[in-house]
Amino acid sequence: MKDANNEQGFVVFDHVQKSYDGEVLVVKDLNLSIGRGEFLTMLGPSGSGKTTCLMMLAGFETATHGDILLGGKPINNIPPHKRGIGMVFQNYALFPHMTIAENLSFPLEVRKMGKSERDQKVQRALDMVQMGSFGSRRPGQLSGGQQQRVALARALVFEPELVLMDEPLGALDKQLREHMQFEIKRISDDLGITVVYVTHDQTEALTMSDRVAVFDDGRIQQLAPPDQLYEAPENSFVAQFIGENNTMEGVVKEIKNGVALVQLDGGDLIDAKPINVSKAGDRTRVSIRPERVEYNRDRLHKDAHTLKAEVLEFIYMGDIFRTRLRVGKNEDFIVKTRNAPDQVRLKPGQQIEIGWLPEDCRALDA
Amino acid sequence: MDKLPIYATTGQTIWFYAFRVICGIIFFFLVAPIVVVIPLSFNAQDFFTFTPEMLSFDPAGYSLKHYRDFFTNSDWQSALYNSVRIAPAATILSVGFGTLAAIGLSQDHVPFRRAIMAVLISPMIVPLIISAAGMYFFYSRIGLQGTYIGVVLAHAALGIPFVIITVTATLVGFDRSLTRAAANMGAGPVTTFFRVQMPLILPGVISGGLFAFITSFDEVVVVLFVGSSAQKTLPWQMFTGLREQISPTILAVATILVAISILLLTVVEMLRRRSERMRGIKPT
Repeated sequence: MKDANNEQGFVVFDHVQKSYDGEVLVVKDLNLSIGRGEFLTMLGPSGSGKTTCLMMLAGFETATHGDILLGGKPINNIPPHKRGIGMVFQNYALFPHMTIAENLSFPLEVRKMGKSERDQKVQRALDMVQMGSFGSRRPGQLSGGQQQRVALARALVFEPELVLMDEPLGALDKQLREHMQFEIKRISDDLGITVVYVTHDQTEALTMSDRVAVFDDGRIQQLAPPDQLYEAPENSFVAQFIGENNTMEGVVKEIKNGVALVQLDGGDLIDAKPINVSKAGDRTRVSIRPERVEYNRDRLHKDAHTLKAEVLEFIYMGDIFRTRLRVGKNEDFIVKTRNAPDQVRLKPGQQIEIGWLPEDCRALDA
Repeated sequence: MDKLPIYATTGQTIWFYAFRVICGIIFFFLVAPIVVVIPLSFNAQDFFTFTPEMLSFDPAGYSLKHYRDFFTNSDWQSALYNSVRIAPAATILSVGFGTLAAIGLSQDHVPFRRAIMAVLISPMIVPLIISAAGMYFFYSRIGLQGTYIGVVLAHAALGIPFVIITVTATLVGFDRSLTRAAANMGAGPVTTFFRVQMPLILPGVISGGLFAFITSFDEVVVVLFVGSSAQKTLPWQMFTGLREQISPTILAVATILVAISILLLTVVEMLRRRSERMRGIKPT
């Protein structure tokens, strides 16, 4: 990945708004700069505006307001067939009346490329997705995973610099999906293309992307590399949406030395890192990842605040243990621990004390 | 339901057989008039009834004289010539305009789609005699009455609804993301239409065209109003033949028309199965 900031950005959304009915804004003031060669994922629940953004980039929807720039030039007035952007559709959109080779040859034919060059490129693209021997089949004769590969090859065969993917793995089963995630990532890295990928699957977003833009309510809630997104969510929506998360509500008592003392609604005091709370008296929702909760007193700071908890359920999941606790009134407090030889296996009914490092617990907006 | 399950009640058993009998009666009702015509057209006499020779399967009772009459009589030949000139022209117009109308009306952003659709379909619903009378007065005003072009246009207007309906039906199952994919790969709207959309809706276009062709080939009311004796088509000639010269040649012509219809339908069905096989859809 090249740094998106050292140039103007290969794809730029500049104050883009979109409304279908003239009243409700589906996309509200989108500003996004995507670097050349970057793999950017738009992640969000359905109706968050992510697919609309992709369709505006492809040219199938027009922005109500604002500019979209590709390679520095505004593309608002360029029709889709002149944009030269590759796209993988959710349902693959393979032409059923053409063979696989004809499907791949189509974008080259409309570019008036000679037959021998066409055949060569088609074969190379098919080989790249390990479908080299399927050229003479028709889409109806292929499985879902094979169709997906062909759709990918078709989007790449005319060597676009930018490829859009609209939930391309949504229809595949879990195993195939995971395999294809790595495949797509590998191919995009090999070719050095810029990819804008839309999905509602956070695992997909985290494994594949250089950066992830989390969409909700027509806005980007956070734009960050996967590790930052997971470990340092900037607001409660992102914390809730990415990964599993324990939340508790309370009021900030004081902020000192970069640590917020939060009084939970149950009365207990805990330490947290202030993210978007600024002063004592602010309502906050603190968020802590299940794997960062500690119940072994020895591993906690001496004067760390702790909470009393009761073990409700212990689930053995092989690589990890998942323990459900009651903390105050919350009966869904999850703790995940690695299955290591020295790990304690908690039993239902056991009373324990839990705590964490203050920087792992984030005080977010309520 | 090809076999009666062993747990069937008496009622179900009765219905099981009654259902078959009813189907058979309906089928007989539909097909008998057509089937009866075929042997009668080989009648050696100028009668519309079965002669004793025919009933005893005596070869002397059968002949091809009515067919010979059809192929030699100048009245019949000029009628055939007119039909063959009018029907394909009307079909081409119907298919062209009907397909375009169906595609246009299938797009969400077109205002008053339903109203426009209703107007275009109306020739199928309005009694033919009313359309014919209207066309007669309108075409007389603009000098099309009694001309070849007038009859072609009138028949095209009758054929367009069939094309619109069949093409609209195939467009319902048409995946819009295919045209988007084509555009995305660099194909302009015209290329997209001919390379992607047209091949996929072709079964609907062909069957609509077939209906339009048969409508024109079969039509007698409108051509009586709009046409003149220079546009006398086969059905018109059959109609006058029935009134004026009571000749079993009509039966020979009818048999030929039935054979042509069966042939066309068979061809279309084979084309449809072939295109479905090509697309990997299991034949239904």
